[in-house]
Amino acid sequence: MFIKQVSVFLENSAGRLQSALKVLKNENINIVSLSLADTNDYGMLRMIVSDAARAKDALKAAGLSAHLTDVLAIKLPHTVGSLEHVLSEVADAGINVEYMYALSTKDENACIVIKPENAEACAKALEDKKFDFVTNEEVENF
Amino acid sequence: MAIWNEAKECMSRDQMCVLQGERLKKQVKYVYHNVEYYRKKMQNVGLEPGDINGLEDLTKLPFTTKDDLRDTYPFGLFAAPQSEIVRIHASSGTTGKATVVGYTRRDIDVWAECVARALTQCGIGKNDIVQVAYGYGLFTGGLGAHYGVENVGATVVPMSTGNTKKLITMMNDFGATGIMCTPSYLLHIAETLYETGEINNIKLKAAVCGAEPWTEKMRQQIEEKLHLNCFDIYGLSEIMGPGVACDCIEHKGLHVQEDHFLPEIVAKETLQPVPDGELGELVFTTLTKEGIPLIRYRTKDLTSIDRTPCACGRTTARIARFKGRSDDMLVLRGVNVFPSQIEAALLEMDGILPHYMIIVDRVNNLDTIEVQVEVEERFFSDEIKELEKLTKRIEGVIKTAIGLAVKVKLVEPKTLERAEGKSVHVIDKRVFD
Repeated sequence: MFIKQVSVFLENSAGRLQSALKVLKNENINIVSLSLADTNDYGMLRMIVSDAARAKDALKAAGLSAHLTDVLAIKLPHTVGSLEHVLSEVADAGINVEYMYALSTKDENACIVIKPENAEACAKALEDKKFDFVTNEEVENF
Repeated sequence: MAIWNEAKECMSRDQMCVLQGERLKKQVKYVYHNVEYYRKKMQNVGLEPGDINGLEDLTKLPFTTKDDLRDTYPFGLFAAPQSEIVRIHASSGTTGKATVVGYTRRDIDVWAECVARALTQCGIGKNDIVQVAYGYGLFTGGLGAHYGVENVGATVVPMSTGNTKKLITMMNDFGATGIMCTPSYLLHIAETLYETGEINNIKLKAAVCGAEPWTEKMRQQIEEKLHLNCFDIYGLSEIMGPGVACDCIEHKGLHVQEDHFLPEIVAKETLQPVPDGELGELVFTTLTKEGIPLIRYRTKDLTSIDRTPCACGRTTARIARFKGRSDDMLVLRGVNVFPSQIEAALLEMDGILPHYMIIVDRVNNLDTIEVQVEVEERFFSDEIKELEKLTKRIEGVIKTAIGLAVKVKLVEPKTLERAEGKSVHVIDKRVFD
């Protein structure tokens, strides 16, 4: 139900993002989706990639601060209000969303990546409402 | 310009040496009989008070360092009983433990005398209104300056630090003619005065600045910007506080109040006295102190001494503008900070020391301190919220340790410089000529 996200702490300065992406290119790892959060001093690069474990190891070997985080990726129809529907379920369960971003897929569905405050509770709440999750296997084959 | 105490400030060199010799003899005897720590220290090198008969015997005495003050924390070096101590001041020590000093009523009087001499030297007298914008509190700056201003009979306005707007309003409304604060703060005030256009209203004629390293260029800049005379005042809490030395209108060195504080300049490495005019570490022996008399206290400040009479009429020895320090102490916004204090605070957080770097700079004439900390595995979070919490937490422990707000910047692991051997933890970008 959870998928592995690669999180990389980067200095907010020229060339840092590129240096991280270069590592993935050299390892032939595909980036399925990413989001970049920025502050004055640093940025947080969050990615869903074709091989999370190998990506993390390669980034670390290159001296970057990379970690794996469990996130939920929920499939949604491409219709107005579908995202709001997911979030209303999350909100009803009293769960706060730390961050989220869109995941690009080849099929007709849209997909959203969510890092909830309480991952287990959120997963359960959405499962009960019959939402579909993207799996690690699917990510590897995107 | 007037001289506050001509009898003491204009003595011949021979007279001064005789006076210092007598006082030294008396002070050593007083210390030996009243401070166990010193008695043992002297006994360890086979010295008795009778061995010190004048200035020529000074070098027989062992040095005192900040470590001695730390080892005897809080009152171990006090020579007077608590019943005679009327005030305590404290400054930061190398390991976060404060250096505590105590004053008898007479010490306070001597201090006010020294500051009065300095202020007279700067042209300040009873017809002046002086704003004291040094911090009031454990730091000696505020109260030390305050008593001196009262002693010369001027009107003291105890501003303390932190409210520039109010300071400028009162400067205007009261027609202040003198100000005492750190030079960088005064430049900051000057900028504000230009921005608001109030520069044309002010009546300042003298500024007495100190408590942080600065340059002759900065002094001239202050004079040009504010159309006043700017003076350099020096002191340290261990010896007294501000007023140990101050420059005069000639600006050719800071006159030391030698009848109370005996200066020596010793070579940094050998600790042997160097000839006048040569650079070395400044060492002071208090001559009249009752609360906490110190013998050959190593200030770690590097300077040279000139004992020739000054064109201003005073004959007291003058020390040159400071050339730096022989230890790693930083003076930030007038506050003494040892990098080891910051290190101890970081270590205390979780018992593991992260890699860090202290970057000191001066932006718009105010010192800025940035502490860069590597985001190690144990600190990592992919949530900005958690990283910001971490930043605040580190800022908090450092502020508690050094008493100054710092900016903490999280940086990537293994990006801070690692020097071979003794690692470099401070980058000071400020320019002091």
